[in-house]
Amino acid sequence: AFQESDHLPGLPEYVKIVEVGPRDGLQNETVIVPTDIKIEFINQLSQTGLSVIEVTSFVSSKWVPQMADHAEVMKGIHRYPGIRYPVLTPNLQGFHRAVAAGATEISVFGAASESFCKKNINCSIEESMGKFEDVIKSARQMNIPARGYVSCALGCPYEGSITPQKVTEVSKRLYSMGCYEISLGDTTGVGTPGSMKRMLERVMKEIPPAALAVHCHDTYGQALANILTALQGHSGLYYASGSRNSKGRRSSHFRLSDELTEAHLAISFP
Amino acid sequence: MAGVRRVLPRRLVGLASLRAAQCQTVGMRLRQTRSLNSFMLLPETSSKHIGCALKEITTAVLKQKIAEVSTLSMGTFPKQVKIVEVGPRDGLQNEKNVVPTPVKIKLIDMLSEAGLPVIEATSFVSPKWVPQMADHTEVLKGIQKFPGISYPVLTPNMKGFEAAVAAGAKEVSVFGAASELFSKKNINCSIEESFHRMGEVLQAAQAAGIPVRGYVSCVLGCPYEGKISPAKVAEVAKKLYSMGCYEISLGDTIGVGTPGLMKDMLSAVTREVPVAAVAVHCHDTYGQALANTLMALQMGVSVVDSSVAGLGGCPYAQGASGNLATEDLVYMLTGLGIHTGVNFQKLLEAGDFICQVLNRKNGSKVAQASCKL
Repeated sequence: AFQESDHLPGLPEYVKIVEVGPRDGLQNETVIVPTDIKIEFINQLSQTGLSVIEVTSFVSSKWVPQMADHAEVMKGIHRYPGIRYPVLTPNLQGFHRAVAAGATEISVFGAASESFCKKNINCSIEESMGKFEDVIKSARQMNIPARGYVSCALGCPYEGSITPQKVTEVSKRLYSMGCYEISLGDTTGVGTPGSMKRMLERVMKEIPPAALAVHCHDTYGQALANILTALQGHSGLYYASGSRNSKGRRSSHFRLSDELTEAHLAISFP
Repeated sequence: MAGVRRVLPRRLVGLASLRAAQCQTVGMRLRQTRSLNSFMLLPETSSKHIGCALKEITTAVLKQKIAEVSTLSMGTFPKQVKIVEVGPRDGLQNEKNVVPTPVKIKLIDMLSEAGLPVIEATSFVSPKWVPQMADHTEVLKGIQKFPGISYPVLTPNMKGFEAAVAAGAKEVSVFGAASELFSKKNINCSIEESFHRMGEVLQAAQAAGIPVRGYVSCVLGCPYEGKISPAKVAEVAKKLYSMGCYEISLGDTIGVGTPGLMKDMLSAVTREVPVAAVAVHCHDTYGQALANTLMALQMGVSVVDSSVAGLGGCPYAQGASGNLATEDLVYMLTGLGIHTGVNFQKLLEAGDFICQVLNRKNGSKVAQASCKL
């Protein structure tokens, strides 16, 4: 009973969905998924028409055991033409391993909160920027695009509220280092449409909307409403080429995949 | 109000950055004062353990509120929203398990304590059709009627209306549909015939000085007809309004709507019915309820139906979720600086209570995000 409405003015005609289920999703599942299942999962996602699928994370298995099989997954998946398969590379070591395993796009993870940064990657924001700079520089030398993430964009479990100013600062650093896109993450899902709007308005003063993405967690059921807010009045956001989607149909509908712990996916279907 | 707002950030910013563990040892209690929709922190003399649910949720809301307190309103939203709590009726009506009368009464009393301004108590419909609502008279008579809170009940026909009035009802609701097939399947008559039935109730209610709320089902899609035209919804809404309903609640009965459809439908309806008399009633069957509600708010709607703990299911979609969860709605509205008058903590308690009795998972994401004691 799915119906398409006419294109809503003020919304982009096309939205690029970055599927993070195999990485962010599975990383947070209690059950560790076997390698062959991860590969099958990613292959199935590739067949849905998604254009970007974040495959795995080249992080030490000591910290993230769910992603210990990063090299095998990267080598084992079917690489469909036209689909990009970025991987997380928190440092130079991870980056080199990723490249050796065939990665052609990488991501780095910053945070807008000092406390979160310390707890998560055991260093300050400034120190983390140093690490990322090494990675991004190496990536650029090899013509490998880098995507930047900013965690806690709408709030931090330790610090509470996070200023849009701080989010902008961190985003700007990553962008100027050479990240082609900055994904702003509401890591603990505490944001609401008001805080999303305020944060984006500030960030968009420094970074072009076309280089921004949002990454909303549904912890408090706000993800889709926050995403709707991000898309409204920011039709520059995600505007890739105004092209039709892979099925040749206008993506004027609104069911986007949002970030759920079960890597739930909602795409257009007849 | 402005004076309170200036005081709050200074007191609370430092405390909000305390970790949960610190809050625990100090025994701070977060309490929301209903009338101001503001937050106050009060030290307790005992260091009783407070459920981390309470701390985590209210801390999250508090932090959000702090971020909001010093900002201007977004300009496109109403300053306050009236929440119509339909859990005890629409919610429980669609639950598999029939809830005993004393439990229903306790739930409604807890919701009253939570400060919801309108709580739909029950439905005066034949128990042959809706066995879950068979105890309508006992429930209506048994609940505490808090001053300032309305307790409307559904009355599909004159028989139901008379029984409701005899049981003490002071407000009633009638139900129409924007789909002929749905009307036939649901209440066994055409839309035109249903107007006639509703007309009788409205006439009698008016004579008795009892306000009537009108519902329109299937406003964004029908399980039988599929697409529903905004013009049809507007026609039905207009008819109910002109017959004397003070408010029209537009229901996305099977949750198929998306923000674009909501916008188109509301544009059509508000050409015929003043927006102040319009409410939305979104089902979360496809996870779209909050986004659709947000769109409605942006269109000027300031009355929203929701159900504590997201109670209810969908008789047309096995295993699907039910109404928009009141807790998740309040979370969003609070974050937007919109006044609701609801005591969040008490609302969570009511949801927790009914889910325990029903032995079901809480349908509210906010409630799920809390840890259990």
